Amino acid sequence: MSDWLIYRTFLDLTVTGLALGAIYALVALGYTLVYGVLRLINFAHSEIFMVGTFATLITATNFIGIPLLEEGNYPYRTGFTLVAILLACIVGGMVVSGAGAVLLERVAYRPLRGSGEHVGAVVLAFTTAFTVSLVFSETTRTNVIIGLIGTAPIAVLYLRIFRRGRQAPRLAFLISAIGASTAIAEAVAIWSPRDREQYQTARVLEKKVLFEFLGTDVRIDYVLVVIGALLMMTALVLFVNRTRLGRGVRAVAQDVETAKILGVNVDFVILITFLLGGVMAGAAAMMFTLVYDQTRFNIGFLLGVKSFTAAVLGGIGNLRGALLGGFVLGLGENYGAAIFGGEWKDVIAFILLLVVLMFRPTGILGESLAKARV
Amino acid sequence: MSLSGTFKDLTSKPARAISGVGERIGEMPTVSRWSLIALFIVSMYLMPWWPEVPVLGWLVDTPGTSFEGVITDKVVIYVLVALGLNVVVGLAGLLDLGYVGFYAVGAYTVGVLSSQHANLPWLVCVPIAVLVSMAAGVILGTPTLRLRGDYLAIVTLGFGEIIRISANNAEWLGGSRGISKIAKPPNIGPLKFGILDAKPYFFLGLTFIIVVVFLLRRLENSRVGRAWNAVREDEDAAELMGVNTFKFKLWAFAIGAAIGGLAGTLYAGKVRFINPSNFPLQLSILFLAAVVLGGTGNMWGAILGGAVVAWMPERFRGFADKRVFVFGVALVLVMVFRPQGLIPRKIRKERWLVNWKPPESTPQSGEAEVGRG
Amino acid sequence: MADTVLSVDNVTMQFGGVTALSDVTFGIMRGEILGLIGPNGAGKTTCFNVITGVYTATSGAVTFDEQPLAGLKRFQITKRGIARTFQNIRLFPDMTAIENVMVGVDVNHKTSVGGALIGSRRHHREEREGRDKAMELLTFMGIADRAGDAARNLPYGYQRRLEIARALATKPKLLCLDEPAAGFTPAEKQELMDLIRRIRAQGYTVLLIEHDMSLVMGVTDRIVVLDFGKIIATGSPAEVQNNPDVIAAYLGVPDDAA
Repeated sequence: MSDWLIYRTFLDLTVTGLALGAIYALVALGYTLVYGVLRLINFAHSEIFMVGTFATLITATNFIGIPLLEEGNYPYRTGFTLVAILLACIVGGMVVSGAGAVLLERVAYRPLRGSGEHVGAVVLAFTTAFTVSLVFSETTRTNVIIGLIGTAPIAVLYLRIFRRGRQAPRLAFLISAIGASTAIAEAVAIWSPRDREQYQTARVLEKKVLFEFLGTDVRIDYVLVVIGALLMMTALVLFVNRTRLGRGVRAVAQDVETAKILGVNVDFVILITFLLGGVMAGAAAMMFTLVYDQTRFNIGFLLGVKSFTAAVLGGIGNLRGALLGGFVLGLGENYGAAIFGGEWKDVIAFILLLVVLMFRPTGILGESLAKARV
Repeated sequence: MSLSGTFKDLTSKPARAISGVGERIGEMPTVSRWSLIALFIVSMYLMPWWPEVPVLGWLVDTPGTSFEGVITDKVVIYVLVALGLNVVVGLAGLLDLGYVGFYAVGAYTVGVLSSQHANLPWLVCVPIAVLVSMAAGVILGTPTLRLRGDYLAIVTLGFGEIIRISANNAEWLGGSRGISKIAKPPNIGPLKFGILDAKPYFFLGLTFIIVVVFLLRRLENSRVGRAWNAVREDEDAAELMGVNTFKFKLWAFAIGAAIGGLAGTLYAGKVRFINPSNFPLQLSILFLAAVVLGGTGNMWGAILGGAVVAWMPERFRGFADKRVFVFGVALVLVMVFRPQGLIPRKIRKERWLVNWKPPESTPQSGEAEVGRG
Repeated sequence: MADTVLSVDNVTMQFGGVTALSDVTFGIMRGEILGLIGPNGAGKTTCFNVITGVYTATSGAVTFDEQPLAGLKRFQITKRGIARTFQNIRLFPDMTAIENVMVGVDVNHKTSVGGALIGSRRHHREEREGRDKAMELLTFMGIADRAGDAARNLPYGYQRRLEIARALATKPKLLCLDEPAAGFTPAEKQELMDLIRRIRAQGYTVLLIEHDMSLVMGVTDRIVVLDFGKIIATGSPAEVQNNPDVIAAYLGVPDDAA
């Protein structure tokens, strides 16, 4: 291989690595926010991302009605239509993921913090009745009806037996998160029309080469992803640093007890934190489908693990660290895969993490949402 | 409202009953205690004949398949794994998300030594595999155990993946095709290890479990167990009280790895064909779920957790592809309402404490001699 | 002749740009009770942490039993014979009182995994010894009646005393108590003073950090006063009490004199 080719490959890898890194970074933000505030690995965050990809898909395919193929070609759109569709998709992803994250917090975590309330009780009650009904009936409609009938009485029961004011041990949160993650992914696998198969998403953006950079073709979708991610992140940082609510988030991250005494509504702040993380994951989900044009029920798992790795790499609880970690991981993985072979991609990611942690035990930038070093 | 009291009782009664039983057994005279334990062990060995008994039959029989389909290898292997992981997570408080790696190392060692590169008998492979897993634990633990809490979790998770992917990419280990024709355990008298009869594997696994429980109990009630508990409760304070925290954490890792490896050898000997996809990351998480579900730091909890996690999806095969979903929901519900697990860790009531009398050489009053020896 | 157990020589401790200790020098004689006092933020606990190896001093040396402590790990320092308690109690909450103390006794034991697995004779001897020793200490501290209870379930006063018992269990040549009377009623403080005297009567050397002046004055042989990381006075309680610098820096502040 000539030097020129190596150089070109290197640049190619840089461009794709940055795009991948941007997606990691956006998902990593969700992990970092929740970790900073609750010291919890929100294991189910990957499923929030996965749900976001489906929301994007449904927005484009079912709401806007774009077919996967038009006369054998991709359904390319241009101009204003294209922008409107992309915006609709990203909003769809953000709304659904944000709502999902908030719901997740209420159902799977809040009761463990000893402040379970009606939303959690109702959802848990429905899920319980629904799940139990699976024993008796194979028909989904019957299951739903039994679930709805059972909701009220079971919810009343649950509200009574919530362990109010008693914080569960840390590991319990993690297992609850794992349970929720499994349940969400499986629910999509079981009750979505094509079950466990892969879904194509509508490819509305023609992936043209936008410009040449030092001889490397830079595709438009990569550029959009990187710019979009940076914009989202800037917005988030401004929110956390400049607004009253953001100050609340930082206060709770620093010291829950003191924040409580100073009149911060901790439960509300936690809810906001999950919402922010979910919204970021929703945006990442849309960008993911933009680049890869597909999704699947289990797409979140590995991406989630990698994103969490990115968060730790940069310094968990540190917003800027999530960005840096995402890019370092995306690039490192791409370069490494080129050198050692694609089959070692994931190994490289973890070895990179290990090496960084050996020398900087709290990640590249250190941990601290409280100080919000941005 | 008076009803709420009843509800609370409903949720906690079974577990309280279980721990109550434990306490009562603990207070029994030695002879009756041991005969009770012996009775329990014998009834476990008789499990293959449980289907004949009305209530127990429901537990071990699935509609369609019988005993073989449910209890056998999977449950004993999971229980063994849960016991091992409980040492790491429950006793020493180290969050390990890559435990499947050690399980894989155990299984692959048997595979390599009995089929891929040599023809050693299974029984010879087992101790080697346990040692290799233990070494893997030390190798992985040495650089990582200085990390705390969640950093350790993500790094161990990474290691689990590294082991799987390496096995997948290394032709020497059979690559993605894996290793087949792995040796099976030797026949012992009437016990013929084969495809048709699962009972011998069950007996073998149960024997392993009993030995492991016996050894772990000794560790738990020793300086080592106390050091682990101290590290779990407050690592800094433990270090300042003279506990060599790194050494004991490494031991916890090594012992956990050895037990995981042992479970792996059993698995390899049963299925006789392994490939990297048998050891996914999700399995690590399932193992951890078993430990926490049962009750972290409690050996009986780990046993129950391992058994439930292995048994439930098999018993409810009627759910078909929905059982993983059910499992996820069950995990959330148990954690919401019983965050300490099904059998929570109990504060150990020392048997000797009840009868303790001060040694004769020292006076009993507040002026006791506590001089520096 | 009284010999020096521990000497702190020209120790300076800096965190970033903040100097928590500057050029601190003092020694502790075998068998004495030395008080280390000073207003909040004077550097008392930092000094403690340097001695017990939590922090490594920026410059200067700590010598214990004629050997430098530099480079030793924290658990090794404890093995050498320095034990401590914590300002904010740090017991092992889910372990029983007796187990807490036995962790301390274990410092001088050698049984490891092998011995415990085969149930070696040494293992059994050490277990028996550990129990006896631990019960003895709990009796000495007057808390043996709750030996089988989880540390977290003990009343506050018991927890404080359990910490001291745990530290004593390591057979320390120097016992460091970090504000042991914090949160105590006057009656409890009186009891604690008696207890510290009795501990000394057993031949222990005690380094006591304390806020409560009456306690420090009543029980110590000698006092070192820290202010803004510097030693401003050293001497007997009477001398220190009358030292104008100390009065200005410390006793003059009504809050601290309480």
